[in-house]
Amino acid sequence: MDLKKVDSILEKHGYRHSEVIGIMQDLQEIENYLPQEMLRYVSGKLELNLTRIFDIATFYKCFSLVPRGRHIIRVCCGTACHLGGAARNLEQVKRLLNVEEGETTEDLTFSLETVNCLGACALAPVTVVGKDYYDAVHPGKIEKILSKYYPESKRLPDAQD
Amino acid sequence: MHRIRTISDLEELRQSILAKRDPEKVVIGVCCTTGCQARRSGKVIDAFENEIREKGLQDKVEIKKTGCHGFCEMGPIVVVEPTNSFYCRVGTKDVTDIVSETALKDKVIDRLLWKHPATKEAVVSQNDIPFYKKQKKVVSHNSGRIDPTNIEDYIAVGGYSALAKGLTAMTPAGVVETVVASGIRGRGGGGFPTGIKWRICSSAPGDTKYIIANGDEGDPGAYMDRSLMEGDPHSIIEGMIIGGFAIGAREGIIYVRDEYPIAIQHLSMAIKQAEEYGLLGHDILGTGFDFTIRISRGGGAFVCGEETALIISIEGKSGTPRARPPYPAIEGLWGNPTVLNNVETFANIPKIVLNGAPWYSDMGTAGSKGTKIFSLVGKAKNTGLVEVKMGTTLREIIFDIGGGIRKSKRFKAVQTGGPSGGCIPISKIDMPVDYDSLRDAGAIMGSGGMIVMDETSCMVDVARYFIHFLMFESCGKCVPCREGLKQMHEILKNICEGRGQRGDIELLSDLAGVMTTASLCALGGTAPNPVLSTIRYFRDEYEAHIFEKRCPAGVCKNLFEYVINQERCNGCTLCRLRCPQEAIFGEKKKPHVIDPQRCIKCGICYSICKREAIRVK
Amino acid sequence: MKVAIIIDGQMVQIDRGAPIIDAARKAGIFIPTLCYHEALKAYGSCRLCMVEVIQNKQSRLVTSCNFPVEGGMEVFTDTPRVRKIRRVIVELLLARCPDVPLIQTLARQMGIDFSRFKKKEEKQCILCGLCVRFCEEVVGVGAIGLANRGTEREVATPFRVASDVCIGCGSCTYICPTGCIEMVPDEETPKLRRMNLGKLSLSPCPNNYQCETCSIEQEFFEDIKRVIADFRNRHKKPSF
Repeated sequence: MDLKKVDSILEKHGYRHSEVIGIMQDLQEIENYLPQEMLRYVSGKLELNLTRIFDIATFYKCFSLVPRGRHIIRVCCGTACHLGGAARNLEQVKRLLNVEEGETTEDLTFSLETVNCLGACALAPVTVVGKDYYDAVHPGKIEKILSKYYPESKRLPDAQD
Repeated sequence: MHRIRTISDLEELRQSILAKRDPEKVVIGVCCTTGCQARRSGKVIDAFENEIREKGLQDKVEIKKTGCHGFCEMGPIVVVEPTNSFYCRVGTKDVTDIVSETALKDKVIDRLLWKHPATKEAVVSQNDIPFYKKQKKVVSHNSGRIDPTNIEDYIAVGGYSALAKGLTAMTPAGVVETVVASGIRGRGGGGFPTGIKWRICSSAPGDTKYIIANGDEGDPGAYMDRSLMEGDPHSIIEGMIIGGFAIGAREGIIYVRDEYPIAIQHLSMAIKQAEEYGLLGHDILGTGFDFTIRISRGGGAFVCGEETALIISIEGKSGTPRARPPYPAIEGLWGNPTVLNNVETFANIPKIVLNGAPWYSDMGTAGSKGTKIFSLVGKAKNTGLVEVKMGTTLREIIFDIGGGIRKSKRFKAVQTGGPSGGCIPISKIDMPVDYDSLRDAGAIMGSGGMIVMDETSCMVDVARYFIHFLMFESCGKCVPCREGLKQMHEILKNICEGRGQRGDIELLSDLAGVMTTASLCALGGTAPNPVLSTIRYFRDEYEAHIFEKRCPAGVCKNLFEYVINQERCNGCTLCRLRCPQEAIFGEKKKPHVIDPQRCIKCGICYSICKREAIRVK
Repeated sequence: MKVAIIIDGQMVQIDRGAPIIDAARKAGIFIPTLCYHEALKAYGSCRLCMVEVIQNKQSRLVTSCNFPVEGGMEVFTDTPRVRKIRRVIVELLLARCPDVPLIQTLARQMGIDFSRFKKKEEKQCILCGLCVRFCEEVVGVGAIGLANRGTEREVATPFRVASDVCIGCGSCTYICPTGCIEMVPDEETPKLRRMNLGKLSLSPCPNNYQCETCSIEQEFFEDIKRVIADFRNRHKKPSF
């Protein structure tokens, strides 16, 4: 844990309890998740009860208490995307990567998440990998999309273009 | 940097910005908000900038990053002035042509124009496209015209002159009464009269008061708030400052969804610029009025759109709603009187102050004034954001603006108001869209999501979808909402999976009634709406699922099968090769068949078949 | 300021702004509750205490634990609408915790033989939040809290491991209406017992749970008595 970074984030927010959500969002950017020891440290520094921090960390969807993969796949399940077949796309991702929602592949390449709406409804159904948006996704496209994020030598088991 | 200290400073600045502009210069506007960026408009901008640099055209052509035009489906959208050519789906490969032909020779490029689907006729100007013809752009007027990251662009089109008018020519009470007289109602969902809320808050005892803008747009399928925050952030800021002046607040907070990074970026830039120009901060326009704004990022929780939960979230806790009374206008943030309005509501305020209440209340119906932005998405041909006068009929929105239903399917319903709303059937297509008509039809205005459904949308599945959504988005505090949603989902899931029983519909209705009246907050109170409205208008679909174990729309997996139309299939083998279950058999160039025992209904064959030979049975 | 309201036909004089439930208790009218405790701030989560209120000729359903009394208000605690709500709420709770005696008793009192809803998983906790609020508001420790949201909301210690601030006072065990927080023997240290919250453990008692001889225990009860009295004085005006 990089204490200097953590301290500078606390400093930036002036150790204010009201900004604990913002503090945690900034902290999460350090390691892409919130390690337990980091939150315990912050609880002590802020003199803020750990139960409140744990409540916040599990209440808001943007926080993760477990390490996440290098690429976060976010399948949008907003209404427009749902009507466009987002559920079928989600299942296809699960089948290909053998993970459930909220899980990370063993090789730490991907984490699979769903998101309620990305506000790109006119492009439905939308899936985002890292910062790349894919519009009008259907199950037949998924394998090709995911294979882009593997090194050439290590494509999906039976990937074919 | 120009620090504006007086009203004449503001006007002088505006004149000097306009005077600096070279009328000969061609402006190429490229939309840089989420929808178009998702389609790589960032790369298009880079390509334009390269092209201009390489050809040395910096003096002749200007590239401007603009906000959203609304017609997101056609993105990336590029508009070239002065020909006013409206180019759709522009890629990097089109950049050279646009610069050499349109920018330098005023020649319109036919292949990039929008084409009428029936007549194939190309349309040059935005205003001539049917999608825009029936719209009335008031709030979204600037979006797509100005560079949202440049305050001078906003000032050039008259920005902050409403602030100047409010602060110098009006009293706080005068502003409140103007907003009351305009008849504007909250654009976030509830539809409470904005002016009345301001009046209550301004007369509430207390020296410290707050203005909060709700940009936690959680309704899936609605994105007008994102578009405004990204495309015209200063209009929201101006509305908030005016609001602060009216109720006597000195601090404003914009609560923005974490899923909207560009909105956060543009708002932060806008706040910083407004501070630099002296429009935020100490002694605004020399009137002695102080006002600051900061951004609070949401954490990804739909329930935080509820006002008490949002306030608790700003205070740094998990966003569980609390009982009202007391209402936030009396006891809000940190126990102080607080006005909390949607960002779209605030964006309306400068227009109302500038043009007067009668101008505003002339638009709309008896109970709903002004215009409203809707996000028209789903199965309509033209999808995107549309702004219309209140009282425009559903038919006008869906068929005239939206161009009807895609792939010549039949219209079935339109869902408004997100998870708190309902599905409106074809029999009500000529209904005027306003707060009261929507409520009477069993839906709500909500934040303005309008999701069009066709014959391939299963209404039981839609109800199940929303209840599933809410199960995980409810805060989980009160029993009717938490346990009620769990049981409602269980019943709906059973119906969708073919285990529905006689009495399920009645049990759903009974439970819905109790959730509506007994839940702690509006999330639980409106949660049954998607179920109640689908039972009200589409009971036959529920009955088909329960009694005939059949999903007429072919959505509920257990209740249909994929089959190959033997006459259409030409035996291309594509589906056979891609089927993960090896459930498809057949020889090359001969019709294939699906083994229903092996099929897991993943939908790959259905989505990739080029001949639409795979059908739902 | 005292105001007069009518509750089930009885006139009651009570402080303006007091919760309706206080007026009901004053009139000797019983309203069922699960999350209400007079030593704690109103929470309004079980919704069992709903009553019908007529104010300015408008009727509305409100929770009596946190709805403030106003002069001229008329309250009905046992109307068909109220009964229906309570019935469905108890049915929902019965589906959540079929084996909890408290819920079974409530159901019996209301004449409910079975729940029309499916039993999903057999939980003991009804999420009334009494333990969490008592630990925070009265004991002042905050060893247990709430976690997750929606249908996955639960009572938990941070990271679901033994709390390092729990003082083992046992308040949560005493206040829990369903008996789901137990003190159980600790296998590793046989002389101690742990407070069990499902699979989670709170701290062991520093005095081996010799309650009869424990000074902490005695002081603690004195404390609680004082705190409750203090609490009532401080919160003459109910807070929400």
